[in-house]
Amino acid sequence: MNIYVIMKRTFDTEEKVNIKEGQVNEDGATFIINPYDEYAIEEAITLKEAHGGEVTVVTVGDEESQKELRTALAMGADRAVLINDEDVEAGDAFSTASILSAFFKDKEADIILAGNVTVDGSTGQVGPRLAEELGITAVTTITKLMVEGNKAVIERDVEGDIEIIEAQLPILVTCQQGLNEPRYPSLPGIMKAKKKPLEELELDDLDIDEDDVEAKTKTIELFLPQAKAAGKILAGDINQQVKELASLLKTEAKVI
Amino acid sequence: MPKVLVLGEIRQGELRNVSFEAIAAAKQVAKGGEVVGLLLGENAENLAKQMIQYGADRVLVSEHSDLQAYTPDGFTQAVLQVVESEKPEGLFIGHTSIGKDLAPRIAAKLKSGLISDAVNLEVSGDDVVFTRPIYSGKAFEKKVVTDGLLFGTIRPNNINPLEKDEARSGDITLVDLEIKNLRTIIKEIVRKTASGIDLSEAKIIVSGGRGVKSKEGFKVLQELADALGGAVGASRGACDADFCDYAMQIGQTGKVVTPDLYIACGISGAIQHVAGMSNSKVIVAINKDPEANIFSIADYGIVGDLFEVVPLLVEEFKSVAVN
Repeated sequence: MNIYVIMKRTFDTEEKVNIKEGQVNEDGATFIINPYDEYAIEEAITLKEAHGGEVTVVTVGDEESQKELRTALAMGADRAVLINDEDVEAGDAFSTASILSAFFKDKEADIILAGNVTVDGSTGQVGPRLAEELGITAVTTITKLMVEGNKAVIERDVEGDIEIIEAQLPILVTCQQGLNEPRYPSLPGIMKAKKKPLEELELDDLDIDEDDVEAKTKTIELFLPQAKAAGKILAGDINQQVKELASLLKTEAKVI
Repeated sequence: MPKVLVLGEIRQGELRNVSFEAIAAAKQVAKGGEVVGLLLGENAENLAKQMIQYGADRVLVSEHSDLQAYTPDGFTQAVLQVVESEKPEGLFIGHTSIGKDLAPRIAAKLKSGLISDAVNLEVSGDDVVFTRPIYSGKAFEKKVVTDGLLFGTIRPNNINPLEKDEARSGDITLVDLEIKNLRTIIKEIVRKTASGIDLSEAKIIVSGGRGVKSKEGFKVLQELADALGGAVGASRGACDADFCDYAMQIGQTGKVVTPDLYIACGISGAIQHVAGMSNSKVIVAINKDPEANIFSIADYGIVGDLFEVVPLLVEEFKSVAVN
Protein backbone atom coordinates (compact mmCIF):
# COMPACT_ATOMS: atom_id res chain seq x y z
CA MET A 1 0.00 0.00 0.00
CA ASN A 2 1.24 3.43 -0.97
CA ILE A 3 0.73 5.51 2.17
CA TYR A 4 1.44 9.23 2.55
CA VAL A 5 1.23 11.53 5.53
CA ILE A 6 1.18 15.30 5.28
CA MET A 7 2.51 16.92 8.40
CA LYS A 8 3.61 20.26 9.81
CA ARG A 9 6.11 21.56 12.29
CA THR A 10 4.29 23.67 14.88
CA PHE A 11 4.80 25.57 18.11
CA ASP A 12 4.68 23.37 21.22
CA THR A 13 1.23 23.67 22.82
CA GLU A 14 2.90 24.47 26.14
CA GLU A 15 4.44 27.64 24.62
CA LYS A 16 3.15 31.10 25.41
CA VAL A 17 2.64 33.21 22.31
CA ASN A 18 4.07 36.71 22.11
CA ILE A 19 4.29 39.11 19.22
CA LYS A 20 7.41 40.92 18.08
CA GLU A 21 7.37 43.41 15.21
CA GLY A 22 3.99 42.20 14.02
CA GLN A 23 5.00 38.53 13.89
CA VAL A 24 4.71 35.66 16.34
CA ASN A 25 8.02 35.62 18.17
CA GLU A 26 9.66 32.25 17.63
CA ASP A 27 12.89 33.02 19.50
CA GLY A 28 13.77 30.16 21.80
CA ALA A 29 10.42 28.41 21.25
CA THR A 30 10.11 24.63 21.25
CA PHE A 31 8.70 23.10 18.11
CA ILE A 32 6.91 19.79 17.72
CA ILE A 33 5.08 17.75 15.11
CA ASN A 34 1.55 19.11 15.04
CA PRO A 35 -0.21 16.81 17.57
CA TYR A 36 -2.99 15.84 15.13
CA ASP A 37 -0.37 14.92 12.52
CA GLU A 38 1.15 12.51 15.05
CA TYR A 39 -2.11 10.55 14.96
CA ALA A 40 -1.78 10.48 11.16
CA ILE A 41 1.80 9.18 11.32
CA GLU A 42 0.88 6.52 13.87
CA GLU A 43 -2.12 5.37 11.80
CA ALA A 44 0.02 5.25 8.64
CA ILE A 45 2.60 3.03 10.35
CA THR A 46 -0.16 0.78 11.72
CA LEU A 47 -1.65 0.46 8.21
CA LYS A 48 1.74 -0.48 6.81
CA GLU A 49 2.25 -3.07 9.54
CA ALA A 50 -1.09 -4.65 8.63
CA HIS A 51 -1.07 -4.32 4.85
CA GLY A 52 2.56 -3.84 3.86
CA GLY A 53 3.76 -1.02 1.64
CA GLU A 54 5.59 2.19 2.33
CA VAL A 55 4.98 5.30 4.42
CA THR A 56 6.18 8.64 3.08
CA VAL A 57 5.89 11.76 5.23
CA VAL A 58 5.65 15.08 3.41
CA THR A 59 5.88 18.60 4.71
CA VAL A 60 5.76 22.05 3.15
CA GLY A 61 8.02 24.32 5.14
CA ASP A 62 11.54 25.50 5.73
CA GLU A 63 14.86 23.76 6.47
CA GLU A 64 14.03 23.61 10.17
CA SER A 65 11.27 21.07 9.44
CA GLN A 66 13.93 18.41 8.80
CA LYS A 67 13.99 17.77 12.53
CA GLU A 68 10.28 16.90 12.73
CA LEU A 69 10.55 14.78 9.56
CA ARG A 70 13.40 12.82 11.18
CA THR A 71 11.18 12.26 14.23
CA ALA A 72 8.49 10.80 11.94
CA LEU A 73 11.12 8.56 10.33
CA ALA A 74 12.20 7.47 13.80
CA MET A 75 8.61 6.55 14.62
CA GLY A 76 8.64 4.23 11.61
CA ALA A 77 7.98 6.13 8.39
CA ASP A 78 10.16 4.97 5.48
CA ARG A 79 10.95 8.17 3.64
CA ALA A 80 10.48 11.89 4.03
CA VAL A 81 10.01 14.77 1.64
CA LEU A 82 10.55 18.42 2.49
CA ILE A 83 9.09 20.86 -0.02
CA ASN A 84 10.73 24.19 0.57
CA ASP A 85 8.24 27.04 0.29
CA GLU A 86 10.51 29.88 1.34
CA ASP A 87 9.97 31.49 -2.08
CA VAL A 88 6.25 31.83 -1.39
CA GLU A 89 5.65 34.99 0.53
CA ALA A 90 3.02 34.66 3.28
CA GLY A 91 1.43 31.56 1.81
CA ASP A 92 -1.96 30.39 3.05
CA ALA A 93 -3.94 27.14 2.99
CA PHE A 94 -4.52 27.56 -0.77
CA SER A 95 -0.75 27.89 -1.33
CA THR A 96 0.09 24.79 0.70
CA ALA A 97 -2.67 22.68 -0.87
CA SER A 98 -1.60 23.75 -4.38
CA ILE A 99 2.04 22.89 -3.71
CA LEU A 100 1.06 19.49 -2.30
CA SER A 101 -1.27 18.89 -5.23
CA ALA A 102 1.65 19.42 -7.65
CA PHE A 103 3.71 16.96 -5.60
CA PHE A 104 0.99 14.27 -5.56
CA LYS A 105 0.12 14.60 -9.27
CA ASP A 106 2.23 11.59 -10.30
CA LYS A 107 2.29 9.67 -7.00
CA GLU A 108 -0.61 7.15 -7.10
CA ALA A 109 -1.21 7.31 -3.38
CA ASP A 110 -3.69 4.77 -1.97
CA ILE A 111 -4.21 6.78 1.15
CA ILE A 112 -3.12 10.21 2.33
CA LEU A 113 -3.38 10.94 6.06
CA ALA A 114 -3.25 14.37 7.66
CA GLY A 115 -4.07 16.00 10.97
CA ASN A 116 -7.58 17.45 11.02
CA VAL A 117 -6.25 20.84 12.07
CA THR A 118 -2.94 22.41 13.11
CA VAL A 119 -2.58 23.90 16.56
CA ASP A 120 -1.06 27.12 15.16
CA GLY A 121 -2.98 28.53 12.17
CA SER A 122 -5.88 26.08 12.67
CA THR A 123 -7.55 26.66 9.31
CA GLY A 124 -8.26 22.94 8.84
CA GLN A 125 -8.34 23.65 5.09
CA VAL A 126 -5.27 21.96 3.62
CA GLY A 127 -6.50 18.35 3.76
CA PRO A 128 -9.94 18.81 2.14
CA ARG A 129 -8.55 21.37 -0.33
CA LEU A 130 -5.86 18.94 -1.42
CA ALA A 131 -8.37 16.10 -1.85
CA GLU A 132 -10.52 18.32 -4.08
CA GLU A 133 -7.53 19.30 -6.17
CA LEU A 134 -6.57 15.65 -6.58
CA GLY A 135 -10.17 14.66 -7.29
CA ILE A 136 -10.24 12.08 -4.49
CA THR A 137 -12.58 11.63 -1.53
CA ALA A 138 -11.76 13.14 1.84
CA VAL A 139 -13.13 12.04 5.19
CA THR A 140 -12.37 14.44 8.03
CA THR A 141 -11.98 14.05 11.82
CA ILE A 142 -11.65 10.27 11.76
CA THR A 143 -11.42 8.24 14.98
CA LYS A 144 -11.21 4.75 13.47
CA LEU A 145 -9.96 3.39 10.16
CA MET A 146 -10.33 -0.11 8.73
CA VAL A 147 -9.05 -0.87 5.24
CA GLU A 148 -9.99 -4.06 3.41
CA GLY A 149 -8.84 -4.34 -0.16
CA ASN A 150 -10.15 -1.27 -1.89
CA LYS A 151 -12.71 -0.43 0.75
CA ALA A 152 -12.33 1.76 3.82
CA VAL A 153 -14.74 1.71 6.76
CA ILE A 154 -14.22 4.81 8.81
CA GLU A 155 -15.60 6.21 12.04
CA ARG A 156 -15.57 9.98 12.30
CA ASP A 157 -16.24 12.33 15.17
CA VAL A 158 -19.13 14.68 14.48
CA GLU A 159 -19.36 16.97 17.47
CA GLY A 160 -19.26 14.07 19.88
CA ASP A 161 -21.40 11.67 17.84
CA ILE A 162 -19.89 8.94 15.66
CA GLU A 163 -20.61 8.67 11.96
CA ILE A 164 -19.71 5.36 10.31
CA ILE A 165 -18.69 5.90 6.70
CA GLU A 166 -17.85 3.60 3.82
CA ALA A 167 -15.64 4.80 0.98
CA GLN A 168 -13.32 3.54 -1.74
CA LEU A 169 -9.58 4.08 -1.99
CA PRO A 170 -7.79 6.27 -2.97
CA ILE A 171 -8.79 8.50 -0.11
CA LEU A 172 -7.56 11.34 2.05
CA VAL A 173 -8.41 11.27 5.76
CA THR A 174 -7.82 13.85 8.48
CA CYS A 175 -7.16 12.49 11.94
CA GLN A 176 -8.87 13.37 15.20
CA GLN A 177 -7.89 12.72 18.77
CA GLY A 178 -8.96 9.25 19.95
CA LEU A 179 -7.81 7.55 16.71
CA ASN A 180 -4.75 5.99 18.34
CA GLU A 181 -1.91 6.54 20.79
CA PRO A 182 1.11 7.79 18.83
CA ARG A 183 4.22 5.79 19.63
CA TYR A 184 7.43 7.37 20.87
CA PRO A 185 10.45 6.90 18.64
CA SER A 186 12.57 4.01 19.96
CA LEU A 187 16.34 4.29 20.23
CA PRO A 188 16.93 1.85 17.33
CA GLY A 189 14.26 3.81 15.45
CA ILE A 190 16.18 7.03 15.97
CA MET A 191 19.41 5.39 14.78
CA LYS A 192 17.73 3.98 11.66
CA ALA A 193 16.03 7.30 10.90
CA LYS A 194 19.42 8.94 10.31
CA LYS A 195 19.93 6.71 7.29
CA LYS A 196 16.45 6.87 5.84
CA PRO A 197 15.97 9.05 2.74
CA LEU A 198 14.94 12.67 3.27
CA GLU A 199 14.41 14.35 -0.05
CA GLU A 200 14.37 18.12 -0.40
CA LEU A 201 12.40 19.71 -3.20
CA GLU A 202 12.22 23.27 -4.43
CA LEU A 203 9.13 24.67 -6.13
CA ASP A 204 11.03 24.49 -9.44
CA ASP A 205 11.38 20.72 -9.02
CA LEU A 206 7.58 20.52 -9.04
CA ASP A 207 7.20 22.91 -11.97
CA ILE A 208 5.44 25.39 -9.75
CA ASP A 209 5.40 29.03 -10.61
CA GLU A 210 5.24 31.13 -7.43
CA ASP A 211 2.40 33.23 -8.87
CA ASP A 212 0.23 30.12 -9.23
CA VAL A 213 0.38 29.38 -5.52
CA GLU A 214 0.09 32.95 -4.33
CA ALA A 215 -2.07 33.25 -1.19
CA LYS A 216 -5.74 34.15 -1.60
CA THR A 217 -5.98 35.64 1.88
CA LYS A 218 -3.76 38.10 3.67
CA THR A 219 -3.05 38.69 7.35
CA ILE A 220 -3.01 42.39 8.12
CA GLU A 221 -2.56 42.35 11.88
CA LEU A 222 -1.71 40.04 14.76
CA PHE A 223 -2.66 40.84 18.31
CA LEU A 224 -2.88 39.26 21.74
CA PRO A 225 -6.15 38.98 23.67
CA GLN A 226 -6.60 41.50 26.47
CA ALA A 227 -5.28 40.26 29.77
CA LYS A 228 -8.07 39.50 32.21
CA ALA A 229 -8.37 41.57 35.34
CA ALA A 230 -7.95 39.66 38.59
CA GLY A 231 -11.13 37.93 39.63
CA LYS A 232 -12.91 37.65 42.93
CA ILE A 233 -12.01 34.77 45.23
CA LEU A 234 -14.96 34.17 47.51
CA ALA A 235 -14.47 33.65 51.24
CA GLY A 236 -16.38 32.47 54.28
CA ASP A 237 -18.53 29.45 55.00
CA ILE A 238 -18.82 27.18 51.95
CA ASN A 239 -22.64 27.36 51.93
CA GLN A 240 -22.39 31.13 51.95
CA GLN A 241 -19.86 31.08 49.09
CA VAL A 242 -22.16 28.97 46.95
CA LYS A 243 -25.09 31.33 47.58
CA GLU A 244 -22.89 34.33 46.85
CA LEU A 245 -21.62 32.78 43.61
CA ALA A 246 -25.14 32.01 42.40
CA SER A 247 -26.21 35.53 43.14
CA LEU A 248 -23.14 37.08 41.46
CA LEU A 249 -23.69 35.02 38.32
CA LYS A 250 -27.28 36.16 38.25
CA THR A 251 -27.05 39.81 39.13
CA GLU A 252 -23.47 40.93 38.41
CA ALA A 253 -22.33 38.70 35.54
CA LYS A 254 -25.89 38.16 34.28
CA VAL A 255 -25.05 34.83 32.67
CA ILE A 256 -27.80 32.72 34.24
CA MET B 1 -23.99 46.27 -3.01
CA PRO B 2 -22.77 42.72 -2.54
CA LYS B 3 -25.08 39.74 -2.50
CA VAL B 4 -24.20 37.28 0.25
CA LEU B 5 -25.23 33.64 0.44
CA VAL B 6 -25.60 31.95 3.85
CA LEU B 7 -25.79 28.19 4.20
CA GLY B 8 -28.04 27.42 7.15
CA GLU B 9 -27.59 24.22 9.11
CA ILE B 10 -30.18 21.82 10.47
CA ARG B 11 -29.18 19.72 13.46
CA GLN B 12 -31.58 17.17 14.87
CA GLY B 13 -34.56 18.82 13.26
CA GLU B 14 -33.75 22.40 14.24
CA LEU B 15 -31.88 25.30 12.75
CA ARG B 16 -28.66 25.97 14.61
CA ASN B 17 -28.07 29.34 16.25
CA VAL B 18 -24.86 29.79 14.29
CA SER B 19 -26.98 30.01 11.13
CA PHE B 20 -28.60 33.16 12.53
CA GLU B 21 -25.21 34.48 13.59
CA ALA B 22 -23.93 33.91 10.04
CA ILE B 23 -26.92 35.85 8.68
CA ALA B 24 -26.02 38.77 10.96
CA ALA B 25 -22.45 38.65 9.61
CA ALA B 26 -23.76 38.50 6.04
CA LYS B 27 -26.00 41.52 6.64
CA GLN B 28 -22.97 43.51 7.73
CA VAL B 29 -21.04 42.59 4.58
CA ALA B 30 -24.01 43.04 2.22
CA LYS B 31 -24.42 46.69 3.30
CA GLY B 32 -28.02 46.73 2.15
CA GLY B 33 -27.45 44.17 -0.62
CA GLU B 34 -29.35 40.93 -0.68
CA VAL B 35 -28.77 38.18 1.89
CA VAL B 36 -29.86 34.85 0.44
CA GLY B 37 -30.28 31.82 2.67
CA LEU B 38 -29.71 28.28 1.49
CA LEU B 39 -31.11 25.37 3.46
CA LEU B 40 -30.61 21.73 2.57
CA GLY B 41 -32.15 18.62 4.07
CA GLU B 42 -35.19 17.22 5.76
CA ASN B 43 -37.91 19.74 6.55
CA ALA B 44 -35.82 22.58 5.07
CA GLU B 45 -38.87 24.26 3.57
CA ASN B 46 -40.60 24.61 6.94
CA LEU B 47 -37.49 25.78 8.75
CA ALA B 48 -36.52 28.31 6.06
CA LYS B 49 -38.95 30.90 7.44
CA GLN B 50 -36.73 31.29 10.50
CA MET B 51 -33.81 32.38 8.35
CA ILE B 52 -36.01 35.19 7.02
CA GLN B 53 -37.16 36.14 10.51
CA TYR B 54 -33.51 36.50 11.48
CA GLY B 55 -32.66 38.73 8.53
CA ALA B 56 -32.35 36.76 5.26
CA ASP B 57 -34.19 38.38 2.36
CA ARG B 58 -35.12 35.12 0.69
CA VAL B 59 -34.25 31.46 1.09
CA LEU B 60 -33.52 28.70 -1.41
CA VAL B 61 -34.34 25.21 -0.20
CA SER B 62 -33.88 21.65 -1.30
CA GLU B 63 -35.14 18.49 0.33
CA HIS B 64 -33.45 16.29 -2.28
CA SER B 65 -33.25 12.68 -1.12
CA ASP B 66 -29.45 12.75 -1.36
CA LEU B 67 -29.27 15.84 0.86
CA GLN B 68 -31.29 14.51 3.81
CA ALA B 69 -28.08 13.83 5.69
CA TYR B 70 -24.82 15.66 5.20
CA THR B 71 -22.35 14.12 2.77
CA PRO B 72 -19.39 16.12 1.53
CA ASP B 73 -20.05 15.32 -2.14
CA GLY B 74 -23.79 16.03 -1.96
CA PHE B 75 -23.49 19.33 -0.14
CA THR B 76 -20.48 20.49 -2.19
CA GLN B 77 -22.40 19.90 -5.43
CA ALA B 78 -25.50 21.63 -4.02
CA VAL B 79 -23.67 24.74 -2.85
CA LEU B 80 -21.63 25.00 -6.06
CA GLN B 81 -24.77 24.83 -8.20
CA VAL B 82 -26.39 27.59 -6.16
CA VAL B 83 -23.23 29.72 -6.27
CA GLU B 84 -23.23 29.22 -10.04
CA SER B 85 -26.83 30.39 -10.45
CA GLU B 86 -26.90 33.14 -7.80
CA LYS B 87 -23.38 34.48 -8.36
CA PRO B 88 -23.01 35.91 -4.83
CA GLU B 89 -20.02 38.04 -3.84
CA GLY B 90 -19.93 36.50 -0.37
CA LEU B 91 -20.56 33.10 1.23
CA PHE B 92 -20.89 32.35 4.94
CA ILE B 93 -21.21 29.00 6.69
CA GLY B 94 -21.10 28.14 10.42
CA HIS B 95 -17.74 26.86 11.67
CA THR B 96 -19.34 23.60 12.74
CA SER B 97 -18.49 20.02 11.98
CA ILE B 98 -20.26 20.42 8.62
CA GLY B 99 -18.85 23.87 7.89
CA LYS B 100 -15.28 22.78 8.62
CA ASP B 101 -15.68 19.76 6.35
CA LEU B 102 -17.49 21.52 3.54
CA ALA B 103 -16.08 25.04 3.20
CA PRO B 104 -12.50 24.11 2.16
CA ARG B 105 -13.84 21.84 -0.60
CA ILE B 106 -16.02 24.63 -1.99
CA ALA B 107 -13.11 27.07 -1.71
CA ALA B 108 -10.88 24.65 -3.62
CA LYS B 109 -13.47 24.18 -6.38
CA LEU B 110 -14.00 27.93 -6.72
CA LYS B 111 -10.26 28.63 -6.38
CA SER B 112 -11.22 31.12 -3.68
CA GLY B 113 -9.70 32.34 -0.47
CA LEU B 114 -11.47 31.21 2.70
CA ILE B 115 -11.20 32.55 6.21
CA SER B 116 -12.02 29.85 8.73
CA ASP B 117 -13.33 30.33 12.23
CA ALA B 118 -14.13 34.04 12.19
CA VAL B 119 -15.14 35.51 15.55
CA ASN B 120 -15.71 39.05 14.31
CA LEU B 121 -15.82 41.08 11.15
CA GLU B 122 -15.47 44.75 10.37
CA VAL B 123 -16.56 46.42 7.18
CA SER B 124 -14.81 49.62 6.17
CA GLY B 125 -15.40 50.86 2.65
CA ASP B 126 -14.91 47.91 0.35
CA ASP B 127 -12.77 46.01 2.83
CA VAL B 128 -14.09 43.21 4.97
CA VAL B 129 -11.68 42.39 7.77
CA PHE B 130 -12.19 39.08 9.57
CA THR B 131 -10.80 38.42 13.04
CA ARG B 132 -9.92 34.83 13.90
CA PRO B 133 -8.07 33.10 16.72
CA ILE B 134 -4.71 31.46 16.10
CA TYR B 135 -2.85 29.18 18.51
CA SER B 136 -6.33 28.34 19.84
CA GLY B 137 -6.92 31.85 21.08
CA LYS B 138 -3.47 32.57 22.51
CA ALA B 139 -3.40 35.22 19.77
CA PHE B 140 -5.68 36.62 17.07
CA GLU B 141 -5.19 37.67 13.47
CA LYS B 142 -7.05 40.11 11.26
CA LYS B 143 -7.37 38.82 7.77
CA VAL B 144 -8.81 39.75 4.39
CA VAL B 145 -9.65 37.69 1.32
CA THR B 146 -7.54 38.88 -1.62
CA ASP B 147 -8.92 36.58 -4.31
CA GLY B 148 -12.30 34.93 -4.78
CA LEU B 149 -15.48 35.22 -2.74
CA LEU B 150 -15.79 36.98 0.62
CA PHE B 151 -15.86 33.52 2.09
CA GLY B 152 -15.81 32.76 5.78
CA THR B 153 -16.87 30.20 8.35
CA ILE B 154 -18.35 31.78 11.48
CA ARG B 155 -17.50 30.45 14.92
CA PRO B 156 -20.62 29.80 17.04
CA ASN B 157 -21.40 32.08 20.00
CA ASN B 158 -19.36 35.10 18.90
CA ILE B 159 -21.39 37.26 16.52
CA ASN B 160 -24.78 38.38 17.86
CA PRO B 161 -27.74 37.34 15.75
CA LEU B 162 -30.24 40.02 14.80
CA GLU B 163 -33.46 40.29 16.78
CA LYS B 164 -36.04 37.80 15.53
CA ASP B 165 -38.77 39.57 13.57
CA GLU B 166 -41.84 37.35 13.20
CA ALA B 167 -43.43 39.84 10.79
CA ARG B 168 -40.57 39.71 8.28
CA SER B 169 -41.40 37.96 5.07
CA GLY B 170 -39.53 36.81 2.00
CA ASP B 171 -39.64 34.26 -0.77
CA ILE B 172 -38.90 30.62 -0.04
CA THR B 173 -38.03 28.89 -3.29
CA LEU B 174 -37.49 25.20 -3.98
CA VAL B 175 -34.42 24.76 -6.16
CA ASP B 176 -33.75 21.91 -8.50
CA LEU B 177 -30.36 20.40 -7.79
CA GLU B 178 -28.60 17.58 -9.51
CA ILE B 179 -26.73 15.37 -7.05
CA LYS B 180 -24.71 12.43 -8.33
CA ASN B 181 -21.82 10.10 -7.55
CA LEU B 182 -21.75 10.26 -3.77
CA ARG B 183 -18.39 8.71 -2.95
CA THR B 184 -18.95 8.30 0.77
CA ILE B 185 -21.86 6.37 2.22
CA ILE B 186 -23.06 6.91 5.78
CA LYS B 187 -23.72 3.45 7.23
CA GLU B 188 -24.75 4.55 10.69
CA ILE B 189 -24.74 7.44 13.12
CA VAL B 190 -24.08 6.56 16.75
CA ARG B 191 -25.34 9.25 19.11
CA LYS B 192 -23.04 9.61 22.08
CA THR B 193 -23.98 13.10 23.19
CA ALA B 194 -26.64 12.70 25.84
CA SER B 195 -28.10 16.16 26.00
CA GLY B 196 -27.77 17.02 22.33
CA ILE B 197 -26.04 20.26 23.35
CA ASP B 198 -22.86 20.64 21.37
CA LEU B 199 -19.87 21.99 23.30
CA SER B 200 -18.98 24.60 20.69
CA GLU B 201 -22.48 26.07 20.81
CA ALA B 202 -23.24 25.63 24.53
CA LYS B 203 -23.90 28.85 26.42
CA ILE B 204 -22.87 27.21 29.69
CA ILE B 205 -20.13 24.62 30.14
CA VAL B 206 -19.27 22.72 33.30
CA SER B 207 -15.82 21.26 32.87
CA GLY B 208 -13.78 18.80 34.92
CA GLY B 209 -10.09 17.99 35.28
CA ARG B 210 -7.98 15.43 37.05
CA GLY B 211 -9.51 16.64 40.32
CA VAL B 212 -12.76 14.92 39.33
CA LYS B 213 -10.88 11.67 40.02
CA SER B 214 -13.10 9.17 38.15
CA LYS B 215 -15.80 8.55 35.54
CA GLU B 216 -18.22 8.47 38.44
CA GLY B 217 -17.07 11.94 39.48
CA PHE B 218 -18.23 13.38 36.16
CA LYS B 219 -21.84 12.50 37.03
CA VAL B 220 -22.04 15.32 39.54
CA LEU B 221 -20.75 17.73 36.86
CA GLN B 222 -23.47 16.46 34.51
CA GLU B 223 -26.05 17.22 37.21
CA LEU B 224 -24.81 20.78 37.44
CA ALA B 225 -24.82 21.11 33.64
CA ASP B 226 -28.37 19.75 33.52
CA ALA B 227 -29.51 22.18 36.20
CA LEU B 228 -28.08 25.05 34.12
CA GLY B 229 -29.06 23.74 30.69
CA GLY B 230 -25.40 23.42 29.73
CA ALA B 231 -22.93 20.84 28.48
CA VAL B 232 -20.04 18.99 30.14
CA GLY B 233 -16.42 19.38 29.02
CA ALA B 234 -13.09 18.12 30.29
CA SER B 235 -9.38 18.86 30.40
CA ARG B 236 -6.78 16.72 28.66
CA GLY B 237 -5.74 15.36 32.06
CA ALA B 238 -9.23 13.97 32.66
CA CYS B 239 -9.42 12.48 29.15
CA ASP B 240 -5.95 10.94 29.33
CA ALA B 241 -6.90 9.39 32.68
CA ASP B 242 -9.92 7.87 30.87
CA PHE B 243 -12.51 9.62 33.05
CA CYS B 244 -14.30 10.70 29.87
CA ASP B 245 -14.39 10.61 26.11
CA TYR B 246 -11.92 12.62 24.01
CA ALA B 247 -14.89 14.25 22.30
CA MET B 248 -15.29 16.26 25.52
CA GLN B 249 -11.73 17.59 25.60
CA ILE B 250 -11.31 21.34 25.69
CA GLY B 251 -7.92 22.88 24.97
CA GLN B 252 -5.38 23.53 22.27
CA THR B 253 -5.75 19.90 21.35
CA GLY B 254 -9.48 19.35 21.61
CA LYS B 255 -12.22 21.91 21.30
CA VAL B 256 -11.93 25.65 21.63
CA VAL B 257 -15.00 27.05 23.33
CA THR B 258 -16.37 30.51 24.11
CA PRO B 259 -19.50 30.06 26.24
CA ASP B 260 -21.13 32.78 28.34
CA LEU B 261 -20.26 30.82 31.49
CA TYR B 262 -17.46 28.31 32.01
CA ILE B 263 -17.30 26.51 35.34
CA ALA B 264 -13.92 24.79 35.78
CA CYS B 265 -14.01 22.08 38.45
CA GLY B 266 -10.79 20.48 39.67
CA ILE B 267 -8.87 21.92 36.71
CA SER B 268 -5.39 23.26 37.42
CA GLY B 269 -5.32 25.56 34.40
CA ALA B 270 -2.45 24.22 32.28
CA ILE B 271 -1.63 26.56 29.41
CA GLN B 272 -2.89 24.13 26.79
CA HIS B 273 -6.30 23.91 28.50
CA VAL B 274 -6.54 27.64 29.09
CA ALA B 275 -5.97 28.24 25.35
CA GLY B 276 -9.23 26.40 24.68
CA MET B 277 -11.46 28.30 27.11
CA SER B 278 -9.91 31.59 28.22
CA ASN B 279 -12.08 33.61 25.85
CA SER B 280 -15.23 32.48 27.66
CA LYS B 281 -17.23 35.49 28.83
CA VAL B 282 -17.37 34.53 32.54
CA ILE B 283 -15.12 31.94 34.16
CA VAL B 284 -15.74 30.30 37.52
CA ALA B 285 -13.00 28.17 39.09
CA ILE B 286 -13.54 25.60 41.82
CA ASN B 287 -10.31 24.04 43.07
CA LYS B 288 -8.86 22.81 46.34
CA ASP B 289 -5.48 24.35 45.58
CA PRO B 290 -5.54 28.12 46.14
CA GLU B 291 -2.37 28.42 44.04
CA ALA B 292 -3.92 26.74 40.97
CA ASN B 293 -3.29 28.73 37.79
CA ILE B 294 -6.96 28.58 36.84
CA PHE B 295 -7.72 31.23 39.52
CA SER B 296 -5.56 33.75 37.63
CA ILE B 297 -8.03 33.81 34.74
CA ALA B 298 -11.23 33.22 36.72
CA ASP B 299 -13.79 35.95 37.31
CA TYR B 300 -15.02 34.15 40.41
CA GLY B 301 -13.23 31.52 42.42
CA ILE B 302 -14.14 29.14 45.20
CA VAL B 303 -11.26 27.45 47.00
CA GLY B 304 -12.73 24.15 48.06
CA ASP B 305 -13.46 20.52 47.33
CA LEU B 306 -15.51 20.25 44.14
CA PHE B 307 -17.36 17.23 45.57
CA GLU B 308 -18.63 19.49 48.33
CA VAL B 309 -19.17 22.65 46.27
CA VAL B 310 -20.75 21.28 43.08
CA PRO B 311 -23.67 19.44 44.77
CA LEU B 312 -24.42 22.60 46.74
CA LEU B 313 -24.41 24.55 43.46
CA VAL B 314 -26.80 22.04 41.92
CA GLU B 315 -29.21 22.59 44.83
CA GLU B 316 -28.79 26.34 44.60
CA PHE B 317 -29.42 26.52 40.85
CA LYS B 318 -32.36 24.15 41.05
CA SER B 319 -33.95 26.49 43.56
CA VAL B 320 -33.06 29.52 41.43
CA ALA B 321 -34.77 27.83 38.50
CA VAL B 322 -37.87 27.13 40.60
CA ASN B 323 -38.07 30.72 41.73
